[in-house]
Parts: sequence; C-alpha cells; structure tokens
Amino acid sequence: MYRIGIDIGSTAAKAAVLDENNQLVYTVVMPTGFNGVEAAHRLADDLDAHGYDTNELPTVATGYGRVSVPYADKTITEITCHGMGADYLFGEDGLVIDVGGQDTKAILLADGKVKKFVMNDKCAAGTGKFLEVIADRMGVTQEELADLASQGEHTPISSMCTVFAESEVISLVGRGEPRENIANGVIESVVGRVASLTSSMASDQVFLTGGLCENDYVVGRLAHHLNRPVKTAPNARFAGAIGAALNAGN
Amino acid sequence: MAEVIDRHELWASLDMDLETHDVLCSVLPTAFGDTFLSQENRPEGMAFWDMVVADVHGIRPQELVDEQAKGRKVFGTFCTYVPDEVAIACNGIVTGLCGGSQFWVPEGEKYLPADMCPLIKASLGARLGKTCPFFRIADQIVGETTCDGKKKMYEIMAKDVPMHIMELPHQKRDKDVKYFADEIALFGKNVEEVTGVTLTEENLHAAIELINGRRKALARVYETRKNTDVIPISGTDALLMMQIAFFDDPARCTEMANKLADELEQRIADGVSVFPAGTKRILITGTPMAIPNWKLHHIVETSGAAIVCEENCTGTKFFTNLVDEGPTDFAGMYQALAERYMKINCTCFTPNEARIDEVIQLAKDYHVDGVINTNLKFCTTFKTEAPALEKALEDAGIPVLDIETDYTDNDAEQLRTRIGAFVEMLS
Repeated sequence: MYRIGIDIGSTAAKAAVLDENNQLVYTVVMPTGFNGVEAAHRLADDLDAHGYDTNELPTVATGYGRVSVPYADKTITEITCHGMGADYLFGEDGLVIDVGGQDTKAILLADGKVKKFVMNDKCAAGTGKFLEVIADRMGVTQEELADLASQGEHTPISSMCTVFAESEVISLVGRGEPRENIANGVIESVVGRVASLTSSMASDQVFLTGGLCENDYVVGRLAHHLNRPVKTAPNARFAGAIGAALNAGN
Repeated sequence: MAEVIDRHELWASLDMDLETHDVLCSVLPTAFGDTFLSQENRPEGMAFWDMVVADVHGIRPQELVDEQAKGRKVFGTFCTYVPDEVAIACNGIVTGLCGGSQFWVPEGEKYLPADMCPLIKASLGARLGKTCPFFRIADQIVGETTCDGKKKMYEIMAKDVPMHIMELPHQKRDKDVKYFADEIALFGKNVEEVTGVTLTEENLHAAIELINGRRKALARVYETRKNTDVIPISGTDALLMMQIAFFDDPARCTEMANKLADELEQRIADGVSVFPAGTKRILITGTPMAIPNWKLHHIVETSGAAIVCEENCTGTKFFTNLVDEGPTDFAGMYQALAERYMKINCTCFTPNEARIDEVIQLAKDYHVDGVINTNLKFCTTFKTEAPALEKALEDAGIPVLDIETDYTDNDAEQLRTRIGAFVEMLS
C-alpha cells in the first residue's frame, strides 16, 4: 500500500509517496501561495490524478501549514519529519540543516532519531526569506543571485535584520558597489548566520535539505563556513514530506 | 462560576484609568477560560484559585482597601528577595504587583527602551498607566537591586510612588550574607516608619513562623508532583496557585495550599491523574511567569506533555529553604532571614553554579523526561547563563529545549512547532 507525506512550507508545498517497500515513487512541489488549505487541495488534486487517492491512503501532514491539510490522518512537526527524511535520504547520522522559507532548522541525528535541534528565533536572518527579499530588491531570481555572488568579491552586509539589510543593500547600490559583490555579501550573510546557529552541534557529517540544497554555490559556501563537507541529495527538498510519509499508517 | 461583582466603584476610588482597564477586563476571562477551563479532571481545590482569578482585580484589592481603612499598610513587591516577614511583623500586608501581560508593555515603552524585558516594561506601564489596582493601593513599593533593568526602572517609578529599595549583593560570600542581613534591618526601620508599628523580636519571630508555614504548604503541593504513577495536578494549575501566592493573605494561602495538597495526596492514593499514563514530564526553568502569563504552560500542556515542576521565582524559588526558627533575637533573625533569601539562585548572582546543581537535582527529584529552559526576551542574565545550564543538563543526560519569548502571541505557532518537536523527540 502507498503512503503519503504532505509538507506545507511557508513558500513551497510538497508531497511524497512511498510504496510498500518504502521506495519513493512520486514527488510533487508547488507554491504554497496565500492559503495553506488551498495548497493542500491542489496537492490532493495532483496526487489523485496520479492514482494516489488522498482520501484512502494513509497520510501525514507536516510543515508550518500542517494543520491546514483536511485529509491528513495526523500531524507531526517538521523537525521530526525532516530528521526522519534525512535519515531515509542519507542513511547515516549527522547534522541536518534545513534552510526553509520562514525558518532555519538544525537537527542532530543519532541512531536515525532526532537527538537535539535548534531553530532560528522569530526573525528572518539566515533564512530563505532573507534571500528572497534581497533577490527581489535586486531584481533577480535566487538562482541568479547565487550566480552573481560566485563572480563577486566579498562585501560585508552587517545587518542581521532583513529589513535593515535591505536598506543596507540599497545604500550599497547607491554607492555604486557592483551587484556581484552585493550578491556575494548577501549569500555570505545567510550562510554565516546558519553556521553560527549550528555552532553548538558537533558532527562530522552535514546534510543540507530544503529548497537551498539545489544551489551548488550556496552548498559550497556553507561547507566553507562549517569547515566540513556538506552533502545533499537529489530529493533533499522533499525530506520533510518523505519523513511524513514514513510516519503514515503507523 | 459565581457572578462577578461590578468593581468600577472600587477602581474609580483608586483613580484608575477605567476605560483602558475595561479593555484588559474584557480579554482576561477569555484567556483564563481558554487556558484553564478547557483542562480536564482538575482538582476540586482549584475552585478557590479560579474564584480569585475570575475577579483578580477586584476580590483581593477590595480586601486590601478594607484593611487599609482599618489602618494597615500595604507593601507592593516585585521579587522573591524581599522578606515578607518584616512587613508582616508590623501588621503590614505584602502584595505582588502587575507585570505579566503584554497589555501593559506599550505604556512601559513610553518611558523605557523597547529592548528591555517585558516584565520590567509591563510593571512600569501598569503603574504609570493606572491600570493595576495593586499598584494603586500599595502605600509603598519595595524594590530590590536584582537586575540593571529594574534598578533603572525604579528611578522612573519612584517619581510617581514612594519606594524603598533593598540592596541585594550579587555574590554569596559570608560578608554578602551579612550585608543583606543589615539591609533587612534597614527595611525593618522603613517598615516601622510606614506602618507606625514597632518591630519586636516577638512579632518578627511570629511572622517567620507564618511564612515558613506557607513555604511548607506550597512545598507539599509540589511534593505530590514528584509521583511517577500519576500526575495529580497540571502544571498550568500549579502555576496559578504560585502566581496567586504572591498576592494572597499568607494564612489563607497556607490553608488553601494544604487543602489542595490533601486532595492531591488522595489522588495519588486513588491513582487519579490529570494526564494519561506515559505523558512526558517536563521541568520548566528560567525567568518568572507573573500572572496572567500562562503562555508556555498552555502550549506545553496542549502539545502532549505535562509540566511537573517550575524552578522559576513563580515556582520552587518562592518556597525552597525555610528560615531557621532557632534565633529569637533581632541579630540572629536578620541573619537567618538573610541566609534563607540569599540561597535563592537568581542569575543576577555571580558565580551562580548552585543554580545548575539545583536544576539537575530538580530534574531528578521530579523524574522529568526533559527540561524547557526559558527566558523572557532581553533578560540578559538568564540568557547568558542558559548555555552553561543547558550543557550541564545535556552532560547529565537530560534533554533540554531553549525557548526565548515574550508576552505576545505572535510566536505561538513557532513555539508549538518547537515544543511539539521536543515532545516527539522525547517519545
């Protein structure tokens, strides 16, 4: 029997389907948009159309919008789900870093289970939201921002607060600083913040999940700041949804 | 619940801002109902505290005003370091003050920096905004030099209301205890001036016995929470008892806590628990939770865990350690009082390793599965001490979650995620 995991994040809504051998047979991602319930229904329509009946199959919801999934049998926090999903994807213990749209999490795995975790406080510093705001301000996509950054020289962005950092970027633009350099400073700011969040969690292995894991430049800079290799996996942005599916029907 | 009496006449006589205060009165019943009345299988003894909190700005303030009419004086205090015994000895009354709601914070921010802890901002806001009857009733406010934020806040408050400030040393050497004994003696002089009643060795000793009685009664309630077979009372209800203890008549507080302890001991004998078997047991440590701050308790206890102990000032710090009743002369009693109060392990002390040992001991005594260490935003001393405490807990094999928050509800969902994940992690 198939099992479904739904992960309603602040930016992206994800679904993952596992078969009876725990093989990942289907994934889908779409923007969450304004309404989590509506995003959950869009995911259900897609899953139903692909032959995975959300009304029949065991379903667990996670993520910030986990309470907005009417067809879920239960909800589990994204910390637990990301931990289990990372264990599924990477198959070994380590430190899981998830840079999400609204928050950044660091989860230490021991024997495949969450041993300790930290999250950023109610502030956008070091989150995907920070990159989104600044990329918007510079009129580029987040991918383009990373491309620019790779060609630039480091320009420190000292503001931790996203709103103040945006003002700081505006003054750098006004000063004529090349956009490559600004982009570089922005990425360094996020990655540095993520590294300091995880400073209390020692681990040789580091795995990056969430939307940013598909960005090679960011992965490389994170490895530099942590002074350790950072692994990622093709389906790492589905870690939360996979973790939810692993819990379905239990 | 009994019909609530209209207290507007009382509040008007206290020169309160009635219009603004009505806003607070209109939201409190909902907050109380959502947090307390939604709980199942509560001890019957909680009816007393439900009654008090349902009329929290009326029932006790009216009593205080009635006692003032008979010539008694009311001392308002913020903190567990001010010895109630001294004021009570001179027939004075000690009451807690308002400071546990976001409602008072914006008024406080008119005079204080925004990046100051909400307890301090709310306290000043409640006084200057004239929206707290206890602050209006108090003949004198008694402050203590615990943290820098409070010290500077007192300077602003003192322009509006008479204040006596006790100097609390920040180390625990013998000479510091001696110093605080002298401060208690000075407070005695101040109390004599305010009350017009002479402090005697007899009335001071009687007050020491009275307050020790209250400590023993509250400790009895906590003792029942160590039981591993049943959890006879929710943390949310126990917190309410502690919060009201700051405001109530000590003899009545003792009586009610003892009655509650009787019932909880019977619940243990009968196997009656508020939570299902296997519910994860949590110790809360950190900054005080002044009434009506029930935020973390409510989130934790609606996320599948139970709070079985609070180490905060609104917890074990309030009643742990008795004053030695041996000495009967002034010098001996002042020293005994100083020794007891200086054993409270507030983060304003340096070094403060005794607190870490105490928290680990509490974690063991109450058989907890995990600790949630919390600090109010911008509380520098608790925040700075947190990593050392949390590392010591981890080294002792006790899982710990760090939470920094304030009185607003805007982080409630993030907290629900963190606390939910912590409970999942313990399972």
